Amino acid sequence: MIAETRDGGFTETTYREAVRTAIREALLSDDRVFLMGEDVGRYGGCYAVTKGLLAEFGPERIRDTPLSEGAFVGAGIGAALGGMRPIVEVMTVNFSLLALDQIVNNAATIRHMSGGQFAVPVVIRMATGAGRQLAAQHSHTLEGWYAHVPGLKVVAPATIEDARGMLSAALADPNPVIIFEHVLLYAVAGKLPAVPAPISLTGAAVRREGHDITLITYGGSLPKTLAAADSLASEGISAEVIDLRCLRPLDTATIVRSVSRTRRAVIIDEGWRSGSLSAEVAARLMEDAFWELDAPIGRVCSEEVPIPYPRHLEEAALPQAAKIVSAAHVALGR
Amino acid sequence: MGEFVMPSLGADMEAGILVEWLKRPGETVTRGDIVAVVETDKGAIEVEIFEDAIIDRLLVDVGTKVPVGTPLASLRTIGQAGAVGPVAAAPPGAAAPKEQATPLPPPSATIVRPAARPAGMPAAGDATRPYASPAARRIALERGVDLSGVIGSGPGGAVISIDVEKAAGATKPRAAERGPDLAAMRRAIGAAMARSKREIPHYYLSRVIDLTKATAWLESANAPRAPAERLLLQVLTLRAVALALRSRSGFNGFHTATGFRPSERIHIGTAVAIRGGGLVAPAIHDVDRLTLDELMGRLRDLVARVRAGTLRSSELTDPTVTVSSLGERGADALFGIIYPPQVAIFGFGAPALRPWVVGSAIEPRTIMTASLAADHRVTDGHAGSLLLADLDRLLQQPAQL
Amino acid sequence: MTDAAGKPHLSRAHLLDLLRQMLRIRRFEEKCAELYTKEKIRGFLHLYIGEEAIAAGVMRCLTPTDAVVATYREHGHAIARGIPMQPVMAEMYGKQEGCSHGRGGSMHIFDAKTRFYGGNAIVGGGLPLAVGLALADRMQRRSNVTACFFGEGAVAEGAFHESLNLADLWQLPVLFVCENNLYAMGTALARSESETDIHRKAESYRVPAEVVDGMDPVAVEAAASRAVAAVRAGNGPRFLECRTYRFRAHSMFDPELYREKAEVEQWRKRDPIPHLIGWMREAGALHDPDLAALEAEVAAEIEAAIAFAEQSSWEPIEDLTRDVYAPVQP
Repeated sequence: MIAETRDGGFTETTYREAVRTAIREALLSDDRVFLMGEDVGRYGGCYAVTKGLLAEFGPERIRDTPLSEGAFVGAGIGAALGGMRPIVEVMTVNFSLLALDQIVNNAATIRHMSGGQFAVPVVIRMATGAGRQLAAQHSHTLEGWYAHVPGLKVVAPATIEDARGMLSAALADPNPVIIFEHVLLYAVAGKLPAVPAPISLTGAAVRREGHDITLITYGGSLPKTLAAADSLASEGISAEVIDLRCLRPLDTATIVRSVSRTRRAVIIDEGWRSGSLSAEVAARLMEDAFWELDAPIGRVCSEEVPIPYPRHLEEAALPQAAKIVSAAHVALGR
Repeated sequence: MGEFVMPSLGADMEAGILVEWLKRPGETVTRGDIVAVVETDKGAIEVEIFEDAIIDRLLVDVGTKVPVGTPLASLRTIGQAGAVGPVAAAPPGAAAPKEQATPLPPPSATIVRPAARPAGMPAAGDATRPYASPAARRIALERGVDLSGVIGSGPGGAVISIDVEKAAGATKPRAAERGPDLAAMRRAIGAAMARSKREIPHYYLSRVIDLTKATAWLESANAPRAPAERLLLQVLTLRAVALALRSRSGFNGFHTATGFRPSERIHIGTAVAIRGGGLVAPAIHDVDRLTLDELMGRLRDLVARVRAGTLRSSELTDPTVTVSSLGERGADALFGIIYPPQVAIFGFGAPALRPWVVGSAIEPRTIMTASLAADHRVTDGHAGSLLLADLDRLLQQPAQL
Repeated sequence: MTDAAGKPHLSRAHLLDLLRQMLRIRRFEEKCAELYTKEKIRGFLHLYIGEEAIAAGVMRCLTPTDAVVATYREHGHAIARGIPMQPVMAEMYGKQEGCSHGRGGSMHIFDAKTRFYGGNAIVGGGLPLAVGLALADRMQRRSNVTACFFGEGAVAEGAFHESLNLADLWQLPVLFVCENNLYAMGTALARSESETDIHRKAESYRVPAEVVDGMDPVAVEAAASRAVAAVRAGNGPRFLECRTYRFRAHSMFDPELYREKAEVEQWRKRDPIPHLIGWMREAGALHDPDLAALEAEVAAEIEAAIAFAEQSSWEPIEDLTRDVYAPVQP
């Protein structure tokens, strides 16, 4: 069922398989865990993440829902209130807009409005992002909207290790957690220890060390940012790459520490520039690292246009490694 | 005696207009009776009373707008002297709610100031890299100031622009209240002049200007004035320079590492002789916005303070252009040295009566030689000539200055 | 309390209890109106006056481990469910001794002990929650029922349709109680619904539904009793359309431009409280001293609640950001 090859203590796997393994382990280890969403059972998941799980765990625990985002996300919240540990799969962030009321007005608020009496330990997983020519209604990056809301935790696993480990950390967290899986990451292949160490849900990670400039990003933009760092290295520019991992709460300390050393930052965010999460990160750097900066903070975001269908236009609209390199040049003045 | 007050009927209601009384003084009312109608933003709302009572006096007239909580009527308890009509049975246990036992919630925000830093502490950051704002760093670069020696007055002791400007304006740091030491200032100016000649490619232009109209106007303007209030020719030339600079770019501003930075404001460094020799050229600010009287006042004040040695250091660093006038006992023409980082300096020679061609005749006219020394990196002779022509034109219409 | 046919056994104690609950709700709401005009209660205040029979009737049919989801017009439900008046009143005042720690106010009454899940200010917002609570009970093999109260305005929201569909599809133990008071704020039912027979909407989702006279607590209890039994037996969700009327405005700041006074007066003639009192008097089950004693008891309870709220304290501002996330485990 799971295409893995074993190599000593390591397993060759993909991001998609890592998520599936994580779901499977959660279902095996805790009876309260169940998964629901559109086409997660019979269809095997829109992105094939849940293939085979219905056969293994049955329809009580792998629940295909009608196309009713409001109801099944709300039901996930209600089930969490009632003592279960639901994993609600919203096919993509684009459809999550139909469930925004339940997420923002119920999941995020019930603990607070009830004076701490009730917890909402729901995990909501969503695919996100653009790059497959799916046009304007299927290409949103709205992590920033969710990261805006107190009461929610928002994470964006960008590596196979995080895809594997963040789910169980999220299920163990008594707060509502939203996990964003970028569509272009599902096929990424790599190695994982056969028994991976538990990882933290929060905290940013330095994916590549450097001293000339800090490149800050999250989710699907991580590979492009690492590619940009490679390109810069060939010019003799040493870029540090930070993967935010957790978008709410943001790990300000790690990025401030880095930028205080490198004195320059470029933030890469697939959301549109205006009012994006990159603006929040830039504001925090301005607040906490102002005196350390040698250049204005740069941002590489999606252009101000609904994502277009033709490939060349879609590429032009989204962040690309070349744009990241250029932004680094501007910050460095060379 | 109780009161019936304007009720709060909604989250954003601050006041209401009483539009109708439905009960009269002397009438007995029961809890739940509608006693009045109040007009709000949303419409007319019937208002009920929450106790059994007798209406005593109506306190607010129909049509009046009053804030929530304002007493609208006074009430008598049923059974009190003067009560008429049936006495309603008081519902058991009906008493007004106890007055608030806990005080209102505290205000949510108070104004906070950051803790004061002891004066004179070195700037935050480390010794090789003090905390300094981007603006401060830029100015430091332009003025050749070493940041590590600058004391910061910004948040947390960071160095900000004004700290660098102060440091640039004097060769050694002084206490803020006293003006700079004039001797030290002259040494600094001398050094600046030498640097100017080395680094700035000067070009020179002159133009002989017919000042007859200007001097005639000045005579008639001064005739009714007391000597202390009379205007000098210098204010006419200063104003004319300021107005001419408004419409020609390249002469009012600073030359920096990244090129010419024009200044929107026109602060004219006005050369004043120092007793004991030498010149300083402190700024008169915004000359283009001053009247002649105001300008005269500033000039007088400046000269007095130069004599007294009480200039402010910002006055030495503020000029965006300089004007030097020799006065009546000076030479015919004066070609100045540009004060860096300015890019121009005007010179006005002594006015004198000379033969002049007017029409086809030769007449005695008061003429004066005006000169312009300018930075060839920023402008050239053509532009400079046009500027001098503007200046001439302006001085032909002294009433408009 | 009920016989085999599901009709309530109308003992005197039973009727007195119904009357007591309705009176507790009625007097509490009247007092809240007064307190609002005196600015003790702020924000929005939605009164249940006229509709008491529904909460009183339905709550009698629930067990302590059943769950309740309600709307912003939920004070009556909270009181009838058994949340003590004191913390409810303190919550209305915004004091930290309130049941939601003062954080929610009138529209967000929550209580873990009685499984009272709010208090929701979004019309229709509670229905998916109720579906989820029922799902959790089902999956954990508990025989609880989730009673979900909502107004007829909610049937216009997509959440209503999605929730009914899902509840029936998965045969979840939800009792949907629609309190049809004919007006969603200022919008009359006929102006917003092509099908004004609400119960038919439920039936279109295959959820068995019953129309109930919402002004008659005995009828409400009887219908609820039947419905709850069916739900608890695992027969899927049930739907009650309770036809009722609110005698007062939608909320305090409402000049009621959308309905005629004559209509309100007509419905006032069907006020559940005088009706039950009249019926009980006729049956010899209630005499004046009983009523006086009841009123006195209710008045004393309310006075104590107000005193409690007045004496309660304001939460310190330093605690502003608590209860946003779970406290971090050391």
